[in-house]
Formats: sequence, C-alpha cells, structure tokens
Amino acid sequence: MNKATEVRLINLWKKFGEVEAVRDVNLTIKGSDFFTFLGPSGCGKTTLLRMIAGFTRPDQGTIFFDEVEINDVPPWKRDVGMVFQNYALWPHLSVFENVAFGLKERNLPKSILQEKTHQALSMVNLEGLEKRRPSELSGGQQQRVALARTLVIEPRLLLLDEPLSNLDAKLRIQMRHELVRIQKDLGITSIYVTHDQEEALTLSTRIAVMSKGIVVQVGTPKEIYESPKSQEVADFVGTSNFFRAQVVEEVEDRIRVRTEEGFLLMVDKQEGVSLGIGSNLLLNIRPESCQIFYPHEVPSDENRIEGIVKTSAYLGSLVQYEVEVIGGKRVKVNLVNPRKKTLMKEGEKVSLTFSPEDIVAIPLK
Amino acid sequence: MFKNRLKDVDLSQSFIFLILLALLFTFILYPLIRVLYVAFTEGSSLSLNHFINFFERALFKEAFLNSLIAGLMAVIFGSLISLPLAFFTIKYDFKGRTLIQTLGILPLVMPPFVGAVALQLILGRSGVFNLLLLKWFNISIPFMEGLRGVIIVQTLHYFPFIFLNASASLANVDPSLEEMAQNMGAHGLRLFRRVTLPLMMPGYVAGVLLVFIRVIDDLGTPLMLNYTKMLAPQAYLRVTTIGVEDKAGYVICVIMVVLSLLSLWAAMKFLNLSEYAMVQRGGTGTPISKKIRGWKLAFVLVFSFFILGISLLPHLGIFLLSFAKVWSFSILPKSYTLSHYIEIFFRTPHFVKNTLLYCVLAAGIDVILGSVIAFLLIRGRVWGKGLLDAISTMPLAIPGVVLATGYLRVFHGTNLPFFHQPLTSLWVILVIAYSARRLPYTLRACYASMQQIHISLEEAALNLGANRKRTFFKITFPLMTGGLIAGGLLAFITSSVELASTIMLVPRMEYGPLSYGIYIYMQSAVGRGPGAALGVIAILLVGIGTYLVNKVFAGGSGTAFKL
Repeated sequence: MNKATEVRLINLWKKFGEVEAVRDVNLTIKGSDFFTFLGPSGCGKTTLLRMIAGFTRPDQGTIFFDEVEINDVPPWKRDVGMVFQNYALWPHLSVFENVAFGLKERNLPKSILQEKTHQALSMVNLEGLEKRRPSELSGGQQQRVALARTLVIEPRLLLLDEPLSNLDAKLRIQMRHELVRIQKDLGITSIYVTHDQEEALTLSTRIAVMSKGIVVQVGTPKEIYESPKSQEVADFVGTSNFFRAQVVEEVEDRIRVRTEEGFLLMVDKQEGVSLGIGSNLLLNIRPESCQIFYPHEVPSDENRIEGIVKTSAYLGSLVQYEVEVIGGKRVKVNLVNPRKKTLMKEGEKVSLTFSPEDIVAIPLK
Repeated sequence: MFKNRLKDVDLSQSFIFLILLALLFTFILYPLIRVLYVAFTEGSSLSLNHFINFFERALFKEAFLNSLIAGLMAVIFGSLISLPLAFFTIKYDFKGRTLIQTLGILPLVMPPFVGAVALQLILGRSGVFNLLLLKWFNISIPFMEGLRGVIIVQTLHYFPFIFLNASASLANVDPSLEEMAQNMGAHGLRLFRRVTLPLMMPGYVAGVLLVFIRVIDDLGTPLMLNYTKMLAPQAYLRVTTIGVEDKAGYVICVIMVVLSLLSLWAAMKFLNLSEYAMVQRGGTGTPISKKIRGWKLAFVLVFSFFILGISLLPHLGIFLLSFAKVWSFSILPKSYTLSHYIEIFFRTPHFVKNTLLYCVLAAGIDVILGSVIAFLLIRGRVWGKGLLDAISTMPLAIPGVVLATGYLRVFHGTNLPFFHQPLTSLWVILVIAYSARRLPYTLRACYASMQQIHISLEEAALNLGANRKRTFFKITFPLMTGGLIAGGLLAFITSSVELASTIMLVPRMEYGPLSYGIYIYMQSAVGRGPGAALGVIAILLVGIGTYLVNKVFAGGSGTAFKL
C-alpha cells in the first residue's frame, strides 16, 4: 500500500451567480484521515467536495494532492473515488458491470478485472448479487454497490457525499461501522460530507465545521464538541445553553463573570484565551453539564441558579427538562441515567448548578 | 367473494360504460373487424389467398418495400438531424439554444402535404434551387422525383418527433450518473457510448418508432408529389377507383395496421424502460451543460441553423406562394397579390368554415368521451376497464386510410332512418372519423390530468360535507380543466390538417374542409395560389393551437408531440 494521499486546499473561492458558495477555504487533510465537512445545507460543503473531485472549478485558489497541484486535471484523471448521495448507480448495467466499470476504463485484463470485482463485492458482503440490476436491490444493497464500485479502482482518495442519508436509521448505524472498518483496513484518505452531527462525531478523525461558505472551526470530534470556538459551532454540533456575560474578576486559574441576567458564575480559564476584566464573552453550557436539584438539596451558593421546571420529557436513558430562570430564559437540562430518581414535575422550584470546568467561555468582540 | 365484488360495481356507471363501449365498438372496432374480415375471407371461408396474391404482384411488392424504405430513410436522416441538435441544445450552453429548441418544432406546425407542395417550389425540377443551379452551373438535381421526394418531405416534416423525444430523455439523464462515470475515468465519446447513450435510448427509440408509424400512415405527401407506389396511396387508389368491393385494398389496410401495431407496441415497451433515466431519489439534479465558445460554438451554430433553415424553407415557400401572382420558372415571384386570400375567404369560404365546424365538434366530442372514459378508468367501479382502455387507444394504430375504408365498408350501403341516405353521404361522417382518430390523444391528456388529482383531495371535500356530485363539479372538474383544454386543442389542431380520411370520406365538394380544399386546389396550376393561402391558414391554426397547448401543459415547447 502506498502512502495515503494528503490533500491541501489553499484560498479556495467559488461563486455561483451572486451566491458565494465557498469563501477562502484553507484546509489540510492528512493521509489516512477520515475527514468530515459538517454544516447545514447550503454551507458550501458539497461544492468543496465537488471541487476536490474535479466537477466544479474553483474561481480562485489551489488544490494539492500531496505536492502536486491538480486544478487543471480533469475528473477522469484525478483517481479519486466518489460515492454520491443518490448512489448514481447506472440503471442499464448489472451490479457486476457497475462495479467493473472503472476497471474497464483502465483497460485491465479480463481475469484481473473479474477477480478484483468479486473481491470488492465480497468486501461489502454482496456476493451472489452480481447479475441483478440496481432497481432490484434494497437501499442498503445499492449503497454497498456504490461503495464497492468506488473502492474497486483503489482510488487515492475516497469522497463521500452524504452517502447514508437515504438509509433508514438502523441501517445507517450499521453502514457507519462498516465505513469505518473499510476505511481503516484500506488506510485510504477519506473526505465525508454530512449535515448530521452525530454521524460526523462518530465517524471522523477530524471535522471541519462550515457555515455560509467559510470553515468556522477545524478539530477532532472531542475538540469540536467540548470547546466550540463560536456560538454557531456550539449550536450546530449538539444543543447548548448560551449566556452573554462580562468578566468581573480573576481568581487564580478561574474567572468570575456576571451574566446579562445578573448571575455570578465561576468559569475555568481556557487555554490560549486571554480574558481581561471587563471583556465580554459568551458562556456555553451543554444540557448534560447542568445539574438539577430541589433547592434544599444544594448546600452551597456557588455557580447556582434558581428556576422553575417548565417542561419535562422522559426518554428512558435521560430526562430532558426546560427550566425557566430569572429573566425568563429557558435553560435546557439533561439528567442522564434517571433510574431511581424522582422525576421533577412542571411548576416545581429547582436549583441548577454548574462545574466551572464544564462552562466554555467564548470571547466576543 | 363474488358477492363482495358485485358490491364494488356501480350500476349507473356501468350503464354509461356500456353506452361508451357500444359507441367505440361501432365506430372503431367494428369497421376494423370488417376490414380484417374482407381481407381474410374467400367467399365465406377463411383464407390467406388475398395476401398471397398481394405479394405475387410486382406493383404491391414494390409499394410495400417503398413504404418500408421511406420509413427507414426518414428515421435514419431524421436521426442524423435530430441527435446532434438534441445533444447540442441539452449538453451545451450557448446563446441561441432556446431559439433552436423552439424552431425545432416548427416543421410539425405545417401539414406534410402542404410542405410537399412548398418543397416542390424550392427543390423541384423548376424550383428556386434548380433554377439557380441552372443559371450558375447549368445543371439540375432531381431532388423531388419519386420516392426521393417523399423521403425528403417526410424527413423534414417528422424529424421533430425524434428531436423532442431524444432531447427530453437526454435532459432526464441524472447528471450524477455521468459524473460518476467521469469519476471512474470515462470521458468524451467513451462516456457518451457507455453511459449517456444507453440511458437516453428508450426516449430516442420511441421517437423513431413514432416517425415510422407516421410515414407509413402518410397519404398526403405521396399524393401531392404524384408518387403512388406506396402502401397508403395504393390502398386509397384501390378503394376510390375500383370500389369498396376490391380485395387488394383491404389487404393493404391490414398490412398497414400490422406495421403500425408492431411499431406502437415496440414504442410502448421502450417507453416503459425510459423510467430508469429519470433522476433518482435525493441528489442535486441540475443537468450539466458546458459553456462552449470558439470554433466549437461556430460549428454548433452553423450546423443547427443550416438544418433548421432547410426545414423551415417550406414555410417560407408556401407563404410566398400565397401572395404570388405569377411564380413559375422564376427564382422569386414576379408580382404579388391578395387575390388568393380573397378567393378563399369570399368565393370558397366553406373550406375554412367547415374545418372550424367539424374540428370544434370533434374536439368537443373527444373531450367529453375522453374525460368520462378517464374517470371510469381511474375512479370508476365497473367491470372491464381493460377492454375500454384497449379500444379507445386502438386508433393510434389505425391509419386514416384504413379507418376510412372501414367506414365506407360498414356504412356505405345502408340508409339511416329519417335521413333516407347512408351515413357516408352526410358531413357528420367526417366529424365521427376525426373524433375516432384523435380520441387516444385527448384521452391521454384527460387521463394524465385526472391521475394527478390525488384521491385525498376529493375525500377531503366529501369529508367536509360535499356530496359526490358537488365534489366532482367543485373539486375534480376544475382541477382537470387544464388537461381537458389541452386535449381538446390537440384534437382540434390535428383534425384540422387530417387529409387521409378526409379525401376518402368527403361526401360532396361543398362539405370539404380546409385540408380537402388544399388538395383540390393544388391539383391545378391556377389553384396553387389559393391552395397556398389555405395552407397558410392551416399553418396559423396549428401554430396557434400548438402554442396554446404548450401554454396549458406548461411543460416547455413540444410537450404535446412527445409520445
């Protein structure tokens, strides 16, 4: 196996009419990465993928595969494999012919062509369906054919455009595991496009969160979820509670802040972020980082807010509460593992507490 | 079980169903059966003798071969014209591509027999082109002689069927299927051959078969060019000159029906396949069209406008002729006049009047029959829907000559009560023939528009307290009107230029419609002017009608002409 390809995108721009689909994107996708472009629809992630595949030409900027610029290389010479959202299986060809298509383009001898095609089909567990037409397959099987067809040419790069979005929930999770397994086995650099944050978090080694054509944050799934650098990222990846606040004092490795609503909270200082007294920031607290108690259960007043339960939803593995705090803001709270705990009812008075290390402070300009 | 099924049958609907069936049987199925009966019997026993005799006679064998050759050639030349045009206008993005798509349907706007006359003027022995050749090079080329002329006229007239169907199926090919092939390493001609062409094949083949049916069916063009060694004109000549008792005419009719049926069956089969070219679920389906410039653009433009220029020559020719005072042995008319229009509007106004009367009646009948049949087929609770569907679609495969022959056979001998003359002596026979011939088109338009009305729309009305009758008039009918209007217009415009059944069934000169008028006028040199003026009227009628149909269908240019 050759060394896996590294992809570098430098100052990429793309405009469609008046719409700026991709704005000044700079990214390095390392060899063997499972890299994901995550963002809402219309954020430019598919355009970016199509530029890497060669179907869309960037208006500005350069794309490198390893050290070679490939801007002017047409799609059929790029040697990247793409899996389309709708699979794009050719309806006039059988499963075998679909998978063998790329090998035939490469003029391989017949015996090798057959061997490789069968290998690819067995890799995705589709032996025995060679003669079927795509229309005679289930959604999951079509998906596997699409994958086999792409992998059989041993591309230097695997591009996946929301490949699981047409599958039902159970199958999607199964295919996720399979994708990860195959990607690891082959060690192939893969770029995945999705708007499903759960998919992005479970699959990727690294994620680029995109919004309105811009890459707003790049990092591992853990970094993206736990230390979002903007409200946008925090909001898009998971759900969150936000408080606007101002720094009032520094206490060793912590800071004390006052929120707009007047709550005083202690927050851990964040690495690489300098927050002087008086600077404005946005506090980001995940629902699962909020603890909920009856007021008499909490001894200290530290990082504590009072409120009234407005809604509660029991989901089995967790309970989702919405608690209205002073000033009218509703705070989302997830109580994990609710076994043996009394469920709080709507209208009951409660206290919320937060650990200083669970509050992420995002500086505001 | 049987009792349950009886409950599903609605009695009043069944009554209407039976009336419809009787009507369709009398005017579609029975005449056809009589034609078949005559062709397959000797005395009173079954026999293939007439067919054996047919293929033993050199003239008939030649006519049979000529019809096949004409069909084949029109298909080949039509494809050579249409496929590049379709490919250019769908796959390339350039100024003028919409213009090409629009001009591409114009040939259909002209009745083919009018086109035949016009092309004589331009390409004929003493036409403009040959006069120029004579003047400059002292040679002439006999384009319009014999079968060659027929093929040229039919190619130029019918190629839009291929163009439209091929364009539509090409535009329907999911772009990601082509991108995937590029991604796998295919491009250029290889990409076209391995992926694009197979995917657009069904639509293209359907267009081809449609052209083939029309060419076999076409009586006007060979008659106008005075070339009778083909199936349709032979049948016509046998029946009109020798009489309804001549067996050979019936044999030709049967052969024509068989050819049409085969082509139609194949077309339907291919169209069923064409679903697979449709955009699959999900995905972004904007067709890729490449911007072109430089010599590529120049080539595309020169090719397209050269072809379209030639196919629009007949329109120009007929227009000039309708205003020409004298136009023979000169490149352009020597002087102009309005007298031909005065002639057709004041001296022989019945041609235009009859056309309007017959075609409005035929369209009205078709809309009523079409919507009722569509309703019964989709929502009806009756037995035997399949039979109703089959009989009302049958006229698609019955050439005009055959239907007319059948009518003469069935209705000629018997006097109608009260009228004291046979049906074939009344002008109503033309209205009936037009209605029968166009019913499948109108039915399809009605069927399509009713199918789009989800039953829940009606159920919602029923649920809110409207009874079945009110629901039909308040919900179903208003939602269907688009389809009804389009279907009616379609029947109107195609009937107004129907020649084959017309010239065989017109009882008396003064009952003749426009198409008949053109045919009669064009028989003499002095009549060419008024004939051309009638031709211009026919083009206008069809042109306006086509425009309106496309507006109602809102499916872009040419929707009405796709199979």
